Amino acid sequence: MTEEIIIAGFGGQGVLSMGKILAYSGAMQDKEVSWMPSYGPEMRGGTANVSVIISDERISSPIISQFDTAIILNQQSLDKFEKSVKPGGLLLYDPNGIHTPPTRTDINIFKVAATEKAAELGLAKVFNMIVLGGFLKVKPVVTEEFIEKGLMKSLPERHHKMIPENLKAVQTGKEIVEAVRTL
Amino acid sequence: MAKELKLMKGNEAIAEAAIRSGCDGYFGYPITPQSEVMEYLMAEKPWERTGMVVLQAESETSSINMVYGGAGVGKKVMTSSSSPGISLMAEGLTYLAGAELPALVVNVVRGGPGLGTIQPSQADYFQATKGGGHGDYQLFVLAPATVQEMYDFVFLGWEIAFKYRNPVMILSDGAIGQVMEKLYVGDYVPRWTDEELRKNAPWASFGKPADRDHHIITSLELDSAKQEQHNHKLQAKYREMEEKEVRFEAINCDDADYIFVAYGSSARIAEKAMQLGKEKGYKIGILRLITLFPFPKKKIAELSTKVKGMLAVEMSAGQMVEDVRLAAQFRCPVEHFGRYGGIIHTPQEVLEALEEKIIKRK
Repeated sequence: MTEEIIIAGFGGQGVLSMGKILAYSGAMQDKEVSWMPSYGPEMRGGTANVSVIISDERISSPIISQFDTAIILNQQSLDKFEKSVKPGGLLLYDPNGIHTPPTRTDINIFKVAATEKAAELGLAKVFNMIVLGGFLKVKPVVTEEFIEKGLMKSLPERHHKMIPENLKAVQTGKEIVEAVRTL
Repeated sequence: MAKELKLMKGNEAIAEAAIRSGCDGYFGYPITPQSEVMEYLMAEKPWERTGMVVLQAESETSSINMVYGGAGVGKKVMTSSSSPGISLMAEGLTYLAGAELPALVVNVVRGGPGLGTIQPSQADYFQATKGGGHGDYQLFVLAPATVQEMYDFVFLGWEIAFKYRNPVMILSDGAIGQVMEKLYVGDYVPRWTDEELRKNAPWASFGKPADRDHHIITSLELDSAKQEQHNHKLQAKYREMEEKEVRFEAINCDDADYIFVAYGSSARIAEKAMQLGKEKGYKIGILRLITLFPFPKKKIAELSTKVKGMLAVEMSAGQMVEDVRLAAQFRCPVEHFGRYGGIIHTPQEVLEALEEKIIKRK
């Protein structure tokens, strides 16, 4: 199993930390992982993205341009990465602020209304974990048990009291994710 | 040895390795994409735990001369920077080599020339392996391709630097500096005591007792006959490195028709291209260089008699490819492919280049 993922959105949406928690969880589950952020001027333009690879085998290139999954949190990122999903792959997006939805018919498309749900439940801080939950429902590349371990490892100890809230958000994401178009 | 699993950026791994390998002092100046090295050290405050000094100098020129001073008294000292900063250090590097001082210098390469860009590049190969500073000198150059190697090569770097009394450069790039991967760290190696320093660096200027001559650390010798002798000694040392210290990883090279020659992040990308090529039925191997100096001339010469062609993959306009061609001696076609100026080539581009320049070659 090798899962090559891009997570893209605005800076401040928790794109990098979502990737980090996913990578940590994979590492805890004894998988090979890599986390490659975009850095520099690209980040200052307001968008942030990170490539995460989780694999049972040695990871060759951490730098990839074709993805099994794209997790998309804004329109710019959708415009940029829709074409980079491998045929048969997964595109998961938060419909908030998306005015031009994805059009490809050779991939699986899911949506998770995380922004809306986070506001409703007062879980704005863990919005990204709702998205992550949505992804894990569609592709369970790491199990819940290891998400908890990943959170413990990646969050500083003073934030460990937030873990139950994070796990609740993951659960919420699993419940609200829905298929838009599948193969 | 207890092994502890961490998930870290390449730059952070360099810093963690410095602390764990008994480094005495780090002197640096911030520059993207390697600023996490000093950031991490400052956050970890090793001076409270191991006594390691971490100091932000006023410039790169100052950092490298602090390294010269620390190395002169036999301490394990290091600096890190990125391309433009390393250019500022060029004078210091040739002085270190001339004075035969052990030191560790990390270059997390970004796109050039000039101030260039902050994105990854491998266009400092010439500077690292052919000079950068003046005179007939060589740095020992290690090229990590993983976060684990960023860590491990700090330990290896000290070993080589003190064994040969020569500066060692870890030539990385923005991609390996910024990527986060699994890392296994080992136990702390304590910093040398004064007694250990005197034993491990008996040449250093750690204070002159009455019963021996001065230890003089200098790269100046006005008597040309003596300076030529000194150069002979340096050259003998470089040849010994070529004899004993060449390191590489040969992946699927035994029955390969084509070889990617690459180092650092390009080797990782080439590995992915190799997998894509396998799906198309090509037999591709990778010669991943670990030491850039000493260069694996013999291995390339050997492979050049067996394969149909080699593609040197590097994020530059073609630097390492010159050494590959020299070693292959026209026994097989050797071509170059690489994006540069801060653009990272994709595995697909690398495979297409192999097809176009080597496989479908008329």
